[in-house]
Amino acid sequence: MIYLDHNATTPLHPRVFEAMLPYLRERWGNPSSPYRFGNQARAAVERSRRRIAECLSCSPTEILFCSSGTEADNLALRGVAHALGARGNHIVTTAIEHHAVLNTCKALESEGFRITYLPVNEDGIVQIETLASVLDDQTILVSVMHANNETGVIQPIKEIADIARKRGVLLHSDTVQTVGKLNVQLADLGVDLAPVSAHKIYGPKGIAALYVREGTPLAPVITGGAQEGGLRAGTENVAGIVGLAEAVALAVEHRETEGKRLAILRDRLEKGVRESIREVRINGARAPRVPNTSNMSFSGVDGESIVLGLDLCGICLSTGSACSTGDPEPSHVLMAMGINAREAQGSIRISLGRDTERDDIDATVQALAATVERLRAVSSIQGSTEPQ
Amino acid sequence: MVDQFNDDFGDLEASFGPILYYNEIVIEHFTHPRNVGELDESETDGFGLVGDPFCGDQMKLWIAVGKDKITKIAFKSFGCPGAIATSSMLTALAEGKTIEEARRITDDDVIEALGGIPERKRHCSLLGVRALHAAIDDWERRRAGSADQP
Repeated sequence: MIYLDHNATTPLHPRVFEAMLPYLRERWGNPSSPYRFGNQARAAVERSRRRIAECLSCSPTEILFCSSGTEADNLALRGVAHALGARGNHIVTTAIEHHAVLNTCKALESEGFRITYLPVNEDGIVQIETLASVLDDQTILVSVMHANNETGVIQPIKEIADIARKRGVLLHSDTVQTVGKLNVQLADLGVDLAPVSAHKIYGPKGIAALYVREGTPLAPVITGGAQEGGLRAGTENVAGIVGLAEAVALAVEHRETEGKRLAILRDRLEKGVRESIREVRINGARAPRVPNTSNMSFSGVDGESIVLGLDLCGICLSTGSACSTGDPEPSHVLMAMGINAREAQGSIRISLGRDTERDDIDATVQALAATVERLRAVSSIQGSTEPQ
Repeated sequence: MVDQFNDDFGDLEASFGPILYYNEIVIEHFTHPRNVGELDESETDGFGLVGDPFCGDQMKLWIAVGKDKITKIAFKSFGCPGAIATSSMLTALAEGKTIEEARRITDDDVIEALGGIPERKRHCSLLGVRALHAAIDDWERRRAGSADQP
């Protein structure tokens, strides 16, 4: 199997697995228990918190554990909305966010919050000029993802943070796709809230962290015990937390070398596809992108058909976000970039990872060319037959 | 390869979440669709072009009719595996049938012949049925038109 869907999830790194094992086997105590066996688990949680804070350059007290990137986004958005709802009811986000943010905004809309969705240009980049013009005295939060999960396009977060800070508005940035791919120094990035998900960086599923800048007002979403300072109740996922810390450390350690390696492979992939398939468009190619992601549209064919065609060749890739698979609507991200519905329908996302080798790329180009050609022979929609 | 993964699904077939699971017959029709192509204008007795407003899929279907029977049928489809497989099966079912028999083919017939299709893909099977009806309507119009001529 050739796995090229690392933006959906990644395999567990053996070192992460090793680090987690003791906490699944012997050290299974409850961190909140009042005896030394519990303290052992507590120590593991706090050591992990310190480690993650060091890797992402923030304070350990600013790291809060929860169950997923989606939960972290929920806590950030709902948490700020409910903490500051009395001060203002306006939230600004973008048209290209992950569903974890978009659908949470939709839920807040039904609670009476006003949401503005910023557009992006044809390269998939949020136009910062539009941000300043939509902020008003009711705005309490801006949420702009660091890099898009479907296209890999990087957003100008530092500039956005400057604008938000000047206006006294909090900034949440979905960094789930950028930790380990970009140099994410949280204090430096200027964001107030940012999630980290373990399973995107060779850690286990079911564990994540939310960075909450010191002093950021936040109300809990999950209430119960006093864990995580009362902001996220529930017995800590100790083994998961240890795994997350190991995964973050590995991601930061290998970021530069792995980033360079993947960028070369990604470029090889795109060059190969352009050379062997006519009428292909690489979405967001002109914008700065994370090094592992490529999003392509093939005219006259449907993305899901390409995905199944490649699946039958033993190659795993997707049409976009795994969270919207089977959704008949074309990608909201590509549509926001002005790509027409039919072309968006013919799009796939290829995301490389640490197990990706050159041979995998070459085999994928070959399989893609054959599959697209076969589907075009069946297709009722013919593009121009002129070679590009 | 497919079998290995499908074993893990068991009978779960799209019962929850966005699982896209196609059975062997659907996959076979997707990889080897029947009657793909176009009929030459000279042998075309009816043509239908329909779009699926739900998902943007599109199908073109050509028929040749002799003695009230569909003697030749061809299609081209733009769409998901469900759309391609149901288009293919529809043409397989309609080939050789009389016009009356062909008109009675329903989306359920297509799905049954394929051994089932994921719930969220059921709408795909209407594409072929609608395209066939459009082609038969076209055949009837052409026939009425030529009968009017002296």
